[in-house]
Amino acid sequence: MVRIDFNRLRFLVIDDNAHMRRIVRTLLHGFGAREVYEAEDGAAGLEAFTHYVPDIVVTDWAMPIFDGLELSQMIRQPGANANPYVAIIMLTGHSEKKRVTAARDAGITEFLAKPISAKGLYQRIVNVVVNPRPFVKTKTYFGPDRRRNANSNYAGPERRKGGKADVIKQAPLLEKVRAPEK
Amino acid sequence: MNPRKPSAAVSTFGDYEVITPENKLRDRISNRPLAPGEEDPIARAERALIELSTEFGGWMHSECERLDQARRALADGGFTKANKEALFHAAHDIKGEADTFGYPEVAGPADSLCRLIEYAPDPTRIPPALVDQHVDAVRAIYREYANSNAEQLAGRLTRALRTVTDEFLVHENRDRPDVLEQIRGPSIIPE
Repeated sequence: MVRIDFNRLRFLVIDDNAHMRRIVRTLLHGFGAREVYEAEDGAAGLEAFTHYVPDIVVTDWAMPIFDGLELSQMIRQPGANANPYVAIIMLTGHSEKKRVTAARDAGITEFLAKPISAKGLYQRIVNVVVNPRPFVKTKTYFGPDRRRNANSNYAGPERRKGGKADVIKQAPLLEKVRAPEK
Repeated sequence: MNPRKPSAAVSTFGDYEVITPENKLRDRISNRPLAPGEEDPIARAERALIELSTEFGGWMHSECERLDQARRALADGGFTKANKEALFHAAHDIKGEADTFGYPEVAGPADSLCRLIEYAPDPTRIPPALVDQHVDAVRAIYREYANSNAEQLAGRLTRALRTVTDEFLVHENRDRPDVLEQIRGPSIIPE
């Protein structure tokens, strides 16, 4: 089992609900984390992010002033802050498809639906530390590669959002089957 | 605290770039096995949560009170943006916290109330009695946990509220097929 030295990770927990902040803090301390900072809305969260430069941000979605989605978009501004590549775990009661897609398109790294569990949070943290995804920058998106799995058999247009299409030069499977062996 | 920006390798493809940032967290990965007597970190965190759970009853009570206050503000002031958001956030927080606090059955009517507010194209058309029934259901199920038949009560109330709410939402969104799809669609969140 891969383990992490939590005592060398710095966390920022952003949630307007004090009860949920306390729960997340308790879980993180239980994992072994020592540095856990908190903020109670998006604006305070952005300020804390700039000040503390956390390794991992755990944020709620629905918050006053600006929400977790807007906060993620502000963090994912290349050149605008100390670490636009920071891992962002969105912890939210939203679980509808359109919400998950919107969070992904705002540049979050992991999505964790409430109710929270120690195992779920631990797995998301391990994933962002052990398996960080490369970032993709297009005209309309900057964030972790939204394709979690590469399909080696895919042949067709490259559908990166918001740009011209590139084509992966690969023979379709049907042609491969038909082609005579050399 | 640490102003040094992480370095990154950039590859350009057509009109997009693939950026591989320096993994500053790599040296936090440990393959060291657990020492004898050392507790698994997940088990340790779960134990810490159990110790905190003495607070949960009071927290659930305060969340129910907050929902009730939001309902009263709505009844007094109508569906203003602020009143609507306060009611939605109170219900949404209960939906997310109820299971953790040890009151999982309370989440059902709170979720139904969130759907009612979120998917109603014109919130002023939401019957006030339907809002009241949701809030009363949340509070009643919370109270009934002390009487051990909360699950039975919750099942009946949640099914009834969900049925009435979905009928209302389907009718209100009858000309919005994209919204109807969302109302009827399943969650895609992995466990």
